[in-house]
Amino acid sequence: MNATFDLSAIIAVLATVMMITRASAVHALLYLTVSLLAVAMVFFVLGAPFAAALEVIIYAGAIMVLFVFVVMMLNIGDEAAALERAWLKPSIWIGPSVLALLLAIELGALAATGGLARPAGVVVDVQAVGIALVGPYMLAVEIASFLLLAALVAAFHLGRAVMKGA
Amino acid sequence: MANVPLDQGLLLAAILFALGLAGVLVRRNLLFMLMSLEVMLNATGVAFVVAGARWAAADGQIMFILVLTFAAAEVSVGLALVLLLHRQIPTLDADAGNHLRG
Repeated sequence: MNATFDLSAIIAVLATVMMITRASAVHALLYLTVSLLAVAMVFFVLGAPFAAALEVIIYAGAIMVLFVFVVMMLNIGDEAAALERAWLKPSIWIGPSVLALLLAIELGALAATGGLARPAGVVVDVQAVGIALVGPYMLAVEIASFLLLAALVAAFHLGRAVMKGA
Repeated sequence: MANVPLDQGLLLAAILFALGLAGVLVRRNLLFMLMSLEVMLNATGVAFVVAGARWAAADGQIMFILVLTFAAAEVSVGLALVLLLHRQIPTLDADAGNHLRG
């Protein structure tokens, strides 16, 4: 359904604009999370439910948690508590909440009407992706595993240096 | 894809990519630059999924998974580097890192 796509796309763009223009990293993270959730909605409308689930789990979940941890580690100090108190004002969280609420209403409307009103042309489901992943794309999976191993080693090495320096 | 025209999806990807690029260029805070990089990578993922949906093929989603892997690897190393840099120079200003030696 086109209206679902349009609304999700507008929310994604709006949230991204707000993210870029925020002064504080935590506020920007809130908007970035909303933007990623909106993109997940776009994927769902496009008939890519597996990509939508991965977007929520890995982007909006794991990567955002990494960012939040780093923001937390960088903000150690007395002024952080006062800042935290100022951040709990409604004017801070109302923007991301409204955008997220719009997405939730959209999802609820989809669920209430029994899925997409006009089903997406062709839904490429998990099975098709999985079969292609271990078939013609086996080499790409190996490359991805190399990349993840390299990132793991690098993050461990850099993290150990941080521990020693502390 | 009958419901969502290809150009609309690609337009969304282009707008998101341009916003991310603007973020990288305009913001000087390292955390914001990393976040904008995430937006740009996400936009490429949108382009892949839109194209995959257009031809009803699984390849688009597979490339999205690879982009996702790359984004996860990039952000973990990038954030570790930000933490290290923060120990050396207690600021997140990207311009403050221009005195790095060996």
